[in-house]
Amino acid sequence: MILLRNVVPPLITLALVLAVWTYVTGPGGLPSYLLPDPVSVGRALWTGLVSGEYGPHIQYTLTSTLLGYGIGSVAAIMIGILVAESRPFERFVFPYIVAIQAMPKVALAPLILVWFGFGLASKVVLVALICFFPLLVNTIAGIRRTDPELIDMARSFSRPGWWIFLHVKLPAAAGAICAGLEIGIVLALIGAIVGEFVAAEKGVGYLIGSATVNMNVATMFAGVLMLAGFGIVGSTLVRFAQRRIVFWEQAPDQSKQGERA
Amino acid sequence: MTDAPDLDHVRLEAVRFAYRGSAGAPILENLSLSVEAGAFVAILGPSGGGKSTLLKLLSGLVRPQGGSVRIDGTPVTGPRRDVGTVFQKPMLLPWRTVHDNVLLPAGFARAASTHEVARADALLATVGLSNNSKLYPSQLSGGMAQRVGLARMLLHDPRLLLLDEPFSALDAMTREHLSLELQRLWMEERRTALFVTHSIPEALFLADRVVVLAGRPGRILADMQVPLPRPRTLETLSGSQFGTLALELRRLFDEAARKGAHAA
Repeated sequence: MILLRNVVPPLITLALVLAVWTYVTGPGGLPSYLLPDPVSVGRALWTGLVSGEYGPHIQYTLTSTLLGYGIGSVAAIMIGILVAESRPFERFVFPYIVAIQAMPKVALAPLILVWFGFGLASKVVLVALICFFPLLVNTIAGIRRTDPELIDMARSFSRPGWWIFLHVKLPAAAGAICAGLEIGIVLALIGAIVGEFVAAEKGVGYLIGSATVNMNVATMFAGVLMLAGFGIVGSTLVRFAQRRIVFWEQAPDQSKQGERA
Repeated sequence: MTDAPDLDHVRLEAVRFAYRGSAGAPILENLSLSVEAGAFVAILGPSGGGKSTLLKLLSGLVRPQGGSVRIDGTPVTGPRRDVGTVFQKPMLLPWRTVHDNVLLPAGFARAASTHEVARADALLATVGLSNNSKLYPSQLSGGMAQRVGLARMLLHDPRLLLLDEPFSALDAMTREHLSLELQRLWMEERRTALFVTHSIPEALFLADRVVVLAGRPGRILADMQVPLPRPRTLETLSGSQFGTLALELRRLFDEAARKGAHAA
């Protein structure tokens, strides 16, 4: 029953989209240099994967995405805790965090490439920077939103400050932190691709970029489909982890906030 | 110790309290109250009358701006281990089991001593939740959650119990049931208890003494002894003596509400 309700309808939508796609790219339809038919896109994707041509590109993009995501997320949670828990730190730093948050980070991509070179390091830095801010804001908001009465309760039972942080505030913020991690994984992928668009010799973003130069639209679509796949797998994994970690929250989506791309 | 030998467990003298930033009238002004050891005192008054603030002063969560708050003759400077509190809402940690929530004052089961764990198990049995210790708070009814709160309050065997409208969010049946249970728990050890409520029957049923607090700023309007014999039962509620006392309290309570309204 669940299978019938949750899996079948989207499959019908997919079939419809493919049917329309096939029709408009058929005889007398759109030329293949604008929109290739689904079969050639599928073939490009399949041969690219099987021949091993895409392998190094996928590896490169995933490496920079995951490394940057890990570094950015750890930094965001740690600095978020500092800002939420330390008054002086908040006074000196928070206004700048708000200011930088309002700025589109992808605009920094060329600068970061100049600073960190054209290799993997610059991509990692860009990814880390892009997924840093939403998680930072969510961490701060999550810790601050802890029910003050719950904190008073723990204080009234003589629980020390560090204990209250660890066992009351951090779990209370876990939902918001997970939501920030979920936003971050998608943003991380965007960061990696932008970095590769600006300057790279490898990666799925580079693959799409170089296919554009050759007007190889089928490969461009294959690249985009792979990125969609990474994004879906990534956010599904984070959501799965979230349900395990924040098991006591019925609707974790309600705690979602912060910036999005 | 103070110069006079002190039999009072709790003593508030000329206490003044205003929340920071509120330029208006203080919550409590020139409030004095003494409670002898082992007494069950109900603090009755309209909402916003400073009843909860009174308990926060005693649990050491806030400090008075004037006057003194003493327990056993010692000024209260912060939370004390010999004071236990139950709150209006159960205030359980949703990410911890019932067992761990009862053991919160000890830092959860892993950090607790074997003695504390045994005590938690015994208390859970006392409040009838032995079979529910592995559950999470979201799986409990309101009455069960408040029973967990009672067990948590008693973990470190406090000598002073602070109860802040603990049954006000519960339905009438559960309320009566828990009142009986609280009386039983209290009669076993005769700890000092301060019970904040805005229900006249609840105050009369539980307390030896009812203090009526008038709002804004909170002052004591009446201090009435309740000479009903213990253990009180549900029949006590329909007795004629109970009715007379309730009527008298109703009059005082209305006066308190009126004064509060005038001041506001």
